[in-house]
Amino acid sequence: MSTTATTRTAAMGEGVFSSLRYRKHRDRVIELILLAAALVAVFTTLAIVFILVYESAAFFEHVSIKDFLTDTQWTPLFDDAHYGIMPLVSGTLTVTFVALLVAIPLGTIIAVYLSEFATYRMRETVKPILELLGAVPTVVYGYFALLMVTPFLQKLIPDLPGFNMLSAGLVIGLMIVPYVASVSEDAMRAVPRYMREGSYAMGATRLQTAMRVVVPGALSGIAAAYILGISRAIGETMVVAIAAGMQPTLTFNPTEPAATITAYIVQVSLGDLPHDSIGYQSIFAAGLVLMLMTLVFNLIGFFLTRRFREAY
Amino acid sequence: MNTSMNTTLAEKAATPTFSIAMEERKVAAASSAKAIAEKLDFWYGTNQALKNINLRIAENHVTALIGPSGCGKSTFLRCFNRMHDLQADTKYSGSIMLHPENINLVAKEVDPIEVRMRIGMVFQKPNPFPKTVFENVAYGLRLRGFSGRTELAERVEKALRAAAIWDEVKDRMNESALALSGGQMQRVCIARALATEPEILLFDEPTSALDPIATAKIEELITELRQRVTVLIVTHNMQQAARVSDFTAFMYLGELVEVDATAKIFTNPSKKATEDYITGRYG
Amino acid sequence: MAAVMTIEELRHGLSRRKHLDKLFVVVGLLILMSCLGLLALLFLDLVRDGASRFGWDFLTQFPSRKAERAGILSAWVGTSMIMLVTAVVSLPVGVAAGIYLEEYAPKNWFTGIIEINVTNLAGVPSIVYGLLALGLFVYQFGFGQSVLSAGLTLALLILPIIIVGTRESLRAVPKAIREAAYGLGATRWEVTKDHVLPYSTGGILTGLILGLSRAIGETAPIITIGALSFIAFLPGSPVTGEFPFLNWDWLWSEFTAMPIQIFNWVSRPDQAFQQNAAAAAAILLGMTLAMNAIAIYIRYRFRKKINW
Repeated sequence: MSTTATTRTAAMGEGVFSSLRYRKHRDRVIELILLAAALVAVFTTLAIVFILVYESAAFFEHVSIKDFLTDTQWTPLFDDAHYGIMPLVSGTLTVTFVALLVAIPLGTIIAVYLSEFATYRMRETVKPILELLGAVPTVVYGYFALLMVTPFLQKLIPDLPGFNMLSAGLVIGLMIVPYVASVSEDAMRAVPRYMREGSYAMGATRLQTAMRVVVPGALSGIAAAYILGISRAIGETMVVAIAAGMQPTLTFNPTEPAATITAYIVQVSLGDLPHDSIGYQSIFAAGLVLMLMTLVFNLIGFFLTRRFREAY
Repeated sequence: MNTSMNTTLAEKAATPTFSIAMEERKVAAASSAKAIAEKLDFWYGTNQALKNINLRIAENHVTALIGPSGCGKSTFLRCFNRMHDLQADTKYSGSIMLHPENINLVAKEVDPIEVRMRIGMVFQKPNPFPKTVFENVAYGLRLRGFSGRTELAERVEKALRAAAIWDEVKDRMNESALALSGGQMQRVCIARALATEPEILLFDEPTSALDPIATAKIEELITELRQRVTVLIVTHNMQQAARVSDFTAFMYLGELVEVDATAKIFTNPSKKATEDYITGRYG
Repeated sequence: MAAVMTIEELRHGLSRRKHLDKLFVVVGLLILMSCLGLLALLFLDLVRDGASRFGWDFLTQFPSRKAERAGILSAWVGTSMIMLVTAVVSLPVGVAAGIYLEEYAPKNWFTGIIEINVTNLAGVPSIVYGLLALGLFVYQFGFGQSVLSAGLTLALLILPIIIVGTRESLRAVPKAIREAAYGLGATRWEVTKDHVLPYSTGGILTGLILGLSRAIGETAPIITIGALSFIAFLPGSPVTGEFPFLNWDWLWSEFTAMPIQIFNWVSRPDQAFQQNAAAAAAILLGMTLAMNAIAIYIRYRFRKKINW
């Protein structure tokens, strides 16, 4: 402001401008604070990677990578210690496979039904219920698996052991049905109306439109739902820790008890292992494998979802 | 308006006073009716969208529906293949009789899916399925249970030729239809509708999402199609109606104001409202 | 024009297709209902199993070696304190991060990385957060096996949920409102603070409650950092009668939590303890469902109240 201006405008001008300078300065500071908060997400990822790699590095000083990948036993806490991750991986894959056998067909059929057949009111009632089911604590599902589903399965398969992967897998499957259904249904709803109209105008029935136009159109979204479902099943901990037993066994037979990667981590955590012991380090090595397995699926899921969003 | 009145209008259209073009196209008053709408009313819930529509659709001719936005022309078009049945809370009364069988297309006991199998539709926005060009055109045949590869291929080629797009896509049959240009997509959609040899083909503003060159190609195609299929077209574009159609119906506020030979409607409409619309006073 | 098939052929094929359609309706409905029904049955069974243990004593007693005298006092107090830490930490960080990503972040590779990170974190198995906390909070930072460690772990775990919830509700505020405020000379922060945030409160609150309802049931990460299952004392009260009225000792206290207690009881072969587990699980389930119901209600209310 020039000195020749009247007192009034000068005062006002200075007031306005100094306060504007202050406001802009404050804006800059706040932006940095907000950025710092957003960076917490990045630091969390970095910290996870750092901790897992750092503690695993200590583990791999004792254990060769070759033994880790090829040994068929996992007994880090025994005197005769073996460090082969395969028994844990086989348990994880078996439980995941059983879970998917339940979740993918049921989740998809429910999604198709809700998206293409159900009335508006029905959909609006069922979807929140599905969301609620997704919020049930996993320890409760563990209770179901051990104390309700296993006794029931034992009636069908008389020599089924009290701890087994079948029951855990079935319950995990049931647990992720709502998730698979809900994400797939979102993908199907996103297929544009004019696409459906094109099919109906040709004289297609609802089922034909659903199967030949809507599902192919929503394919990458549905694939993302499956993949994120797989990632959930792999990372699921409490159901297997409670119902599948904690004995690492190299088997793909779901009627046997076995440990998954997650169950092993829980088992070690329940004991009181000294920091810096090989047992302590072994859970980080197991965690690293788990993280890598889920990371692959999560990234595929992320890109599929994004590709799907671009399509329409 | 009723059937007999329509016939009178068509007779008038054939007289040399109104149109030389009409004579060239050999529009005969005797051309038989493919479908006749009579006392057709339609409701969305409690909102009456169509009021007492009476219209005769001449076989193997092009009939255009024009009128301002919201006049009900698309709503009327969608009665012919019962697209409204996909929405809850819609109601028809009156009739659209399909000839020669004389079945009422909008009757409750007539299966909407059967209606849609017999009457094809092309939409405003080109809407090919996320499939290959071939599978798009074969879709209706597959719905009907055709599976022989040679027969499908023959029929698909025939439809693509009829839609004047065969030369452009014959080497791209296994590419996604979504990779084509807008005008090509729309002609694939026309081929898709033609493949099942529908009795009537409905066009709902088929060029409103296309550029002028693509539009010209579609218009040319519609003009050719007239020889083998009955066409009903909704258009915003009055020049388009004038270029492609034999008869034009003007709709306003859910009612059919006037229908006549196209040349008559555009040169000498008998209703004031039609004249106002055509001369651009509203719409 | 000759049709590709006669009307009779066409009708015949059509009736088969329509039968398939009806079959699917039946199958779909059956599967949907049996999934929901099965889960409902399991929940009813849970409540029935635990029914004999519900009562005031169950809530006010410490765990015990005798099943019929055991209660969940230390568990629900522990859970409440952990949730307090989780909420206080995750809300400001999550909302701030959400605001940054939605309102400030330029579109470039750097913010792209932050976005992928948030998405990926939402999919990291919860037990991996437990390992992070064990290595970082418990040992590197020396927080020990405390309420603070547990609260921070769960705060990181639910951060993606709060960030996503915040972003969605910010995105729902129309551009016109922002432009109106910018037009009057407001800075970006002023626009956000005075206009965007107030309209987004409902969505943010929903995100927080959904996040906490997820955290309250999380078992694996808390086991990993070393929660104890047998705790016969309460952490010091956060509020005291003497100046300065606040006491931070509870943050450093050892703890147990509801899901830990359930896990411990479920794993015992003694049926009496399994009844305790059922009762505690039913209570935990009730808490989660109540929180979700509140979240759904808030979302519904705010949607109804604001008409753009």
